[in-house]
Amino acid sequence: MIYLRLFWEFFKIGMFTFGGGYAMLPLIQQTVTQNHWITEKQMIDFIAVSESTPGPLAVNMSTYIGMRTAGVGGALCATFGVVFPSFVIILLISGCYHKFQNSSIIKSVMAGLQPAVVALIAAALLSASRSVFDMGDLFAEDNLISAVIVLSAGFLCYKKKPPIIVIGMSALVGMLFGMLV
Amino acid sequence: MNMKPCKELFFVFFKIGAFTFGGGYAMIPFIKREVVDGKKWLTSEEMFDIIAIAESTPGPLAVNSATFVGSRIAGLKGALAATMGVVLPSFLVILCISQLLLQIEDFQIVKDAFQGIRAGVIVLIGSALISLFHRLHKGAFTAAILIAAFLLTYFFNINTIFTLVFCGLSGIIWNHYSKRGKGR
Repeated sequence: MIYLRLFWEFFKIGMFTFGGGYAMLPLIQQTVTQNHWITEKQMIDFIAVSESTPGPLAVNMSTYIGMRTAGVGGALCATFGVVFPSFVIILLISGCYHKFQNSSIIKSVMAGLQPAVVALIAAALLSASRSVFDMGDLFAEDNLISAVIVLSAGFLCYKKKPPIIVIGMSALVGMLFGMLV
Repeated sequence: MNMKPCKELFFVFFKIGAFTFGGGYAMIPFIKREVVDGKKWLTSEEMFDIIAIAESTPGPLAVNSATFVGSRIAGLKGALAATMGVVLPSFLVILCISQLLLQIEDFQIVKDAFQGIRAGVIVLIGSALISLFHRLHKGAFTAAILIAAFLLTYFFNINTIFTLVFCGLSGIIWNHYSKRGKGR
């Protein structure tokens, strides 16, 4: 049943996302492509939408993927699934969080998890890049346009401009080239 | 039980959910302004504690802090009210937007815009990656985990959750043996 499946997959994503934001990207990528819920390109498009709308990335992504897969019911199940693990865990430790914070086991686990998350995002980034750039024909028109956008977006990020500005600029350049070419 | 704090929790976190873009660390100043400076529900130190806890517990930062603040102020009901509040705005906005996207995604101009946006998103992910990398404690263990986790995922296509569990356990084993080494 699709509702249960959405709940369970997003429960796992909520349970294993440490650090929030882009840390969940590798998990989402693996889940949606294995279940054929949305394509990798649709996922990247929706990261842009999530960055330009209010609220946490995790909630935005799960609502969207649930909605695309099984309508409003699907959106509810996916969002409930992604929120549920953190809700329960925080409730359990909110009374004794000082003990939790100073626990050496937690510190050891985090020492292993933090670099793992960085490596996983790097792998997700490489795979996402392959769906943006056509590796078969490196000098294709679309690749050159994308390269122009990557360079200018890189400059905006370096100047610490907010994501929505980066996305707006990329959309404008994309539309401009679309009209010219 | 008094319902007033629950209502207030719901509305404050609704506002936080409705007006913070980008999620995660972008939300911290806003949460601090509302919860520490405005409502005085938490002290600054407690706010730092929450950020530290949110980093070592799973799930989105916004949800973690809403649940934490809610449960501190009004127990389980408070946690529910605050968490519902922070999630509801994005839930509703995304429901509308996903319908809108279905209507317009086949127009050529929208396709062109997204063609550009995809390249921009690659850069956003890249820049998040760089800042996460800079925050890592540098050392042999970190380097080993970075390489192992990357190889497992990218080349061997190992399940992401398995990789995370493996790396968490490696952290425990590494700390155990490196402490014993120092003890001698």
